[in-house]
Amino acid sequence: MTKRELKQFLGVNALRFFIAVTAIFLILFLYVIISKGGKMISWSFLTESPKKYMTEGGIFPAIVGTFWLTIISIGISLPLGVFTAIYMVSYGKPAWFVRSVRIAINTLAGVPSIIYGLFGLTVFVQLMKLDVSILAGSLTLAILALPVMINASEEALRSVPQDFREASLALGATERQTILRVLLPTALPNILTGTIISIGRVAGETAPILFTAATFYTRRLPTSVMDEVMVLPYHIYALMTEGAHADKQVPIAYGTAVVLLALVLLVSTIAIIIRYNIRKKRKW
Amino acid sequence: MFKGITYTASLFTIIVLFGIIATLFSEGLPILKHVNIKDFLTSPNWHPTHFPADFGILSLIVGSLVVTAGALIIAIPLGLGSAIYISEIAGTRSKEIIKPIIELLAGIPSVVYGLFGMAFLSPFLIKVFGIPTGLNAFSASIVLGVMVVPIISSMSEDALSTVPRNLREASFALGATRWETIVQIVLPAARSGVVGSIMLGFGRAIGETMVVIMIAGGAAQIPKSIFQPVRPMTAAIASEMGETVIGSPHFHALFGIAIVLFFITFITNLITEFVFLKKRK
Repeated sequence: MTKRELKQFLGVNALRFFIAVTAIFLILFLYVIISKGGKMISWSFLTESPKKYMTEGGIFPAIVGTFWLTIISIGISLPLGVFTAIYMVSYGKPAWFVRSVRIAINTLAGVPSIIYGLFGLTVFVQLMKLDVSILAGSLTLAILALPVMINASEEALRSVPQDFREASLALGATERQTILRVLLPTALPNILTGTIISIGRVAGETAPILFTAATFYTRRLPTSVMDEVMVLPYHIYALMTEGAHADKQVPIAYGTAVVLLALVLLVSTIAIIIRYNIRKKRKW
Repeated sequence: MFKGITYTASLFTIIVLFGIIATLFSEGLPILKHVNIKDFLTSPNWHPTHFPADFGILSLIVGSLVVTAGALIIAIPLGLGSAIYISEIAGTRSKEIIKPIIELLAGIPSVVYGLFGMAFLSPFLIKVFGIPTGLNAFSASIVLGVMVVPIISSMSEDALSTVPRNLREASFALGATRWETIVQIVLPAARSGVVGSIMLGFGRAIGETMVVIMIAGGAAQIPKSIFQPVRPMTAAIASEMGETVIGSPHFHALFGIAIVLFFITFITNLITEFVFLKKRK
């Protein structure tokens, strides 16, 4: 083997090694979480409230909390994201404004999630006097999800062929009619995929809701958007860092992690399936 | 009317960005009444609850940088390695296996990584290395590194796949091996995208909260070895905010840390945006 062939051999196998390390970590990770958390999962674990200061019982309030936070925050950021994307794609003037919006989106996308938490604490919790509540947390998460939502919607709108738009305008439709009846319906499946991906992200976020929505322990379910809630990701964190019965809390944390992982992975699988179907059906 | 709605929505993103900046400054700058800016940034003594209190955040900044550097040392070979393999070597079949693995990693919530680090990795490291605590800069770097792999991998792969095919073919035609082509032709051609992906990974790692709050150990000190616990900036903000009185010097100090953190990520973004990504276009 020449020196060059040796280099090639070593190099390519180094790459294989790096991939193997990544894959082994993932397998080990999933194995640990699922083997330790899987045995916690039962009907009562999913449907009961926690008991005896989190050392027994289920996680139902946390599931409900995550559900509401996710639904409300996506409900706020989806229209905002789609409208922004429409402006950027269809109107796109004046150029300096579009450029400023673009810079704002890119900057927001890079802002650490804990800073969104501080913003939510100052503006929603204190200034708007929403206190620590579902609403304050949802608003914070909505802003966090906004850059992803805008980028996904914009990409979806831009993937609609220019001909569609021109055909609609040529038939005498106004700009608004073209957007609402041609552009949006055509881009909808892709926007949906982006939305589902955002749902997965929002459901797993912890840092932004630490001081805006989450509470460690409540036995009752939220009755309005002004209540503080238990949330799945925060529940895992709290079980690992608070309370005095680690031996009983750690297994519950693993169980909660399995539920959260299942939720997030289910959501992203749905997104992948939808995307696959769109690509197969698309005729242009 | 309709145009007005979409315009307002677009305007909202700019308002939010300014709102975040205004919030950080209005709540963070008052700390300079209690400590001068030089001591705030360069003193390693962080004792916000002592009397008199010390508000030096150097050990927190160093904590963030150590953990982030460690994460990148792990994530660059793993992420870039898989990107090169997917783009240059793998056949369609192995691509179909490797890409979902990496996408799966990207979808896992950070708090679950934190749980894994605390409950599994930390006891494991204590056993293997015989160290007093498994919650330290080293274990946080490992977990954070794995979290950053998908970011570096997917963006580098994009960059590699935009390198024109004829560059590779020309290289093969000159008798270069596949490896020589990768190292001497493809990587240099995709350089800006690859560096951009690493900077994005840096921004992600330094801003990550849950993993470091759970695994890095929490001691506000400048570590003498990677096996010592550290307290990164994000961990300090997240764990102390709940215990402070609103409007107290400690509260303002935490927002002061957030200003520093915001600037680090903002500048990282700016450099990526203007220097590296622009070039590619």
